[in-house]
Amino acid sequence: MRGLESTRKPKLVTIDGDYPGARLEAIWGAEPGLKGWLSSVDHKEIGKRYILTAFAFLILGGLEALVMRAQLAGPELRLLTPEQYNQLFTMHGLTMIFLYASPILTGFSNFLWPLLLGSRDMAFPRLNALSYWIYLAAGLFLYAGFVTGHGPDDGWFNYVPYASRAYDAGVNIDVYALGLILLGISTSVGAANFVVTFLQTRAPGMSIGRVPILTWGTLTASVANLLAVPSVSLAFFLLWMDRQFGTRFFATAGGQPLLWQHLFWMFGHPWVYAIVLPAMGMVSDGLPTFCRRPLVGYTAVALSTVATMALGFGVWVHHMFATGMPSLALSFFSGASLIITLPSAVAVFAWTATIWTGRPVITTAFLFFASMIVLFVIGGVSGFMTASVPVDWQLTDTYFVVAHLHYVLIGINVFPVVGGIYYWFPKMTGRLLDERLGQWNFWTMFVGFNVGFFPMHILGLLGMPRRVYTYAYGMGWSGLNLLVSVGSLLFAIGVLLLLVNVVVSLKRGARAGADPWGAPTLEWAVASPPPSYNFAVIPIIASRHPLWEAQLGNDGAGARSQLSHGYLLDQGRETLGTTPLDARPNLILEMPEDSLAPLLLTLGLCGLFIGGLAHAWWLAALGGLVVFGALLDWLWPRLIHADLEKANG
Amino acid sequence: MVDGVAIGALPVGGQGRNHVAWWGALCLIATEASLFAYLLFSYAYIALQNGSAWLPERHPSLALALPDTGVLLLSSVAVWWGERGVIQGRRGQHLAGLSIAIALGAIFVAVQMVEWSQKRFGLASSSYGSLYFTITGFHMVHVVVGMIILATLLGWSIAGYFGPRRHTPILIGAAYWHFVDVVWLFVFTTFYVTPYLG
Repeated sequence: MRGLESTRKPKLVTIDGDYPGARLEAIWGAEPGLKGWLSSVDHKEIGKRYILTAFAFLILGGLEALVMRAQLAGPELRLLTPEQYNQLFTMHGLTMIFLYASPILTGFSNFLWPLLLGSRDMAFPRLNALSYWIYLAAGLFLYAGFVTGHGPDDGWFNYVPYASRAYDAGVNIDVYALGLILLGISTSVGAANFVVTFLQTRAPGMSIGRVPILTWGTLTASVANLLAVPSVSLAFFLLWMDRQFGTRFFATAGGQPLLWQHLFWMFGHPWVYAIVLPAMGMVSDGLPTFCRRPLVGYTAVALSTVATMALGFGVWVHHMFATGMPSLALSFFSGASLIITLPSAVAVFAWTATIWTGRPVITTAFLFFASMIVLFVIGGVSGFMTASVPVDWQLTDTYFVVAHLHYVLIGINVFPVVGGIYYWFPKMTGRLLDERLGQWNFWTMFVGFNVGFFPMHILGLLGMPRRVYTYAYGMGWSGLNLLVSVGSLLFAIGVLLLLVNVVVSLKRGARAGADPWGAPTLEWAVASPPPSYNFAVIPIIASRHPLWEAQLGNDGAGARSQLSHGYLLDQGRETLGTTPLDARPNLILEMPEDSLAPLLLTLGLCGLFIGGLAHAWWLAALGGLVVFGALLDWLWPRLIHADLEKANG
Repeated sequence: MVDGVAIGALPVGGQGRNHVAWWGALCLIATEASLFAYLLFSYAYIALQNGSAWLPERHPSLALALPDTGVLLLSSVAVWWGERGVIQGRRGQHLAGLSIAIALGAIFVAVQMVEWSQKRFGLASSSYGSLYFTITGFHMVHVVVGMIILATLLGWSIAGYFGPRRHTPILIGAAYWHFVDVVWLFVFTTFYVTPYLG
């Protein structure tokens, strides 16, 4: 909202050497130094920060798991006290689910979306920065409790009455409650940003049938987050009220403890899909590159992505089959949970057919993407089993469920993410990861994962309960538990190999060039790493595979996308706005300059939440004022005098 | 040339419902609406588990709540009228509409406070009390935030920042205000009307 120049017709120009890139670099380049770093709103920078931070949390969560596996490696071990074990499995769960699994995908989508969509940035670049800063603050907030010995300790699902004040009097659960509400703000603003970015900033001609599947996955997850996150934020807020102000929402007398489980899982199950659908999208976009053919069944996969989420809102009670609900309710939710395997199967068949009918090039990225199909099927089958009420009654709260959820979350999130790192690392850094080390990396992780997690199915069938800090001799669980611990260690070594590869390749990796894989989508049309403005001219898109049109020939009835000849927008930071369905240009979007307001707003929120935790109401009030001030600065209409007159004209 | 992308002059920045900020505001409203849906779900769930004996007042008095509902609806009309004013360049109507809406919002909050003080139960006395004060409190916070938004917009309007060619923030503030008013209809129906139906 800088000026009031009413309309302009963007010039069509052809890229010629430094033209118009040099001029755009002056407009879009970041200010050097600390202030430039703190105020950056560049989606690529924010995306990389998201990925690095989420990966740091993955390593923390992984170390917590290793300590637990050391404790469980044999019967009657006393490495940890039960209280320490409680904090560890709780922190492990919430770290992996809230601080790793979703933010890592947000990171990839942040980095990739404008590049995939042919745009210069997200629709709300400063909201993007805000989303990252709040995520970081919430992560630190939750870990501050843990490192001072007051971490959450009632499981990531945090059931009442365990989590009520009568049974957990410390500050532990309040840290969790307020930390998650803070994180929810980050997730919500990020989701709104993805939705509007999808609707308004796609390159001209990129109709909704031509966007990469990753954008379908993240869009679906974002819409779901907007509708589902308030449920868990509310649940935690009500719990905090119960604990601090004596309200009686979850009270065993007069309240309803089961309300917690409903609110938690009404959020929790859509969330499960929110943390896998974008990763499935990464596979849907990456796999075809290495199969040298387009994805089989694009439309079916896109529709099944949306259908999975729609059904995903109606299955939450399958987490509650053992709570004594009426059998009519159980039957309905059991049926819905069985049906949801159908749209998932669509994607599995599409990927399999893509490999089957393609000419696969066996790179590390391909191995991670392809192995994900196998793990997805195993996790899907065990999910299908527990969707059946009698089977669930037998298996609930056993290691079978632990096996299922790790096959799903590691299988459909971590494996695609590591594949995605191999695939997009060259785009982010300009260098390729080492393929030989990559093969070692893959096989160590794949073997370690299956050795570590498959025996858990058997342990569950043998009756070993979840969330126990040790077990007795002679239960018949000792050998398998040792195997699980050895497998987990192997898996961790695999992740370590990835880190080694990243560190080595950052310095010595082969130069990637713009398109090292011969890939079909737009991000490979720009340099690696991409310039600050992404695209020198806004491209004009004629098919789903703008970089493969020559090979595919007849796609789009012979129409050709134009990548080096397009719209010039160089009157300040600008990108092209297009209509939601057909992507016809309908306005010029003015993009904001770098700003410290998002960071300031985050600091204000920190004051608010720390004040709330400590009952230091002056601090909370101060934080609220800072939030208000930051928002005023953020939204202040910036007009020059001449514009003031025009505004009133 | 690809079909359909031969373009003429495009508006710079967008205006009104074309603007990215308008779409962002709709996302905010969608997620806030979900929040209230979950709040009212919590009420319905606990109410259904407990039956009508759980209500502290068999038939809650409408003496304050019903006129207060009218006040809030009138404030929506005022915001709508002010919004017409800015779009059509009638500055007096524009400023008056926003001012009246803020004043009516303040009356609504004041009456709510009186109503709160007259209740014979408290936040912690029963799950009904917890639900009543939390849900109406959530709504009241939204009214106050809406008033702050409208007051900020009024200040910027007095400074001359808005007019027929530039008024997206006013449309957004107005939409938020209408949303808060519609939410009240659901809250009102839940707490004040449903007990008469059972």
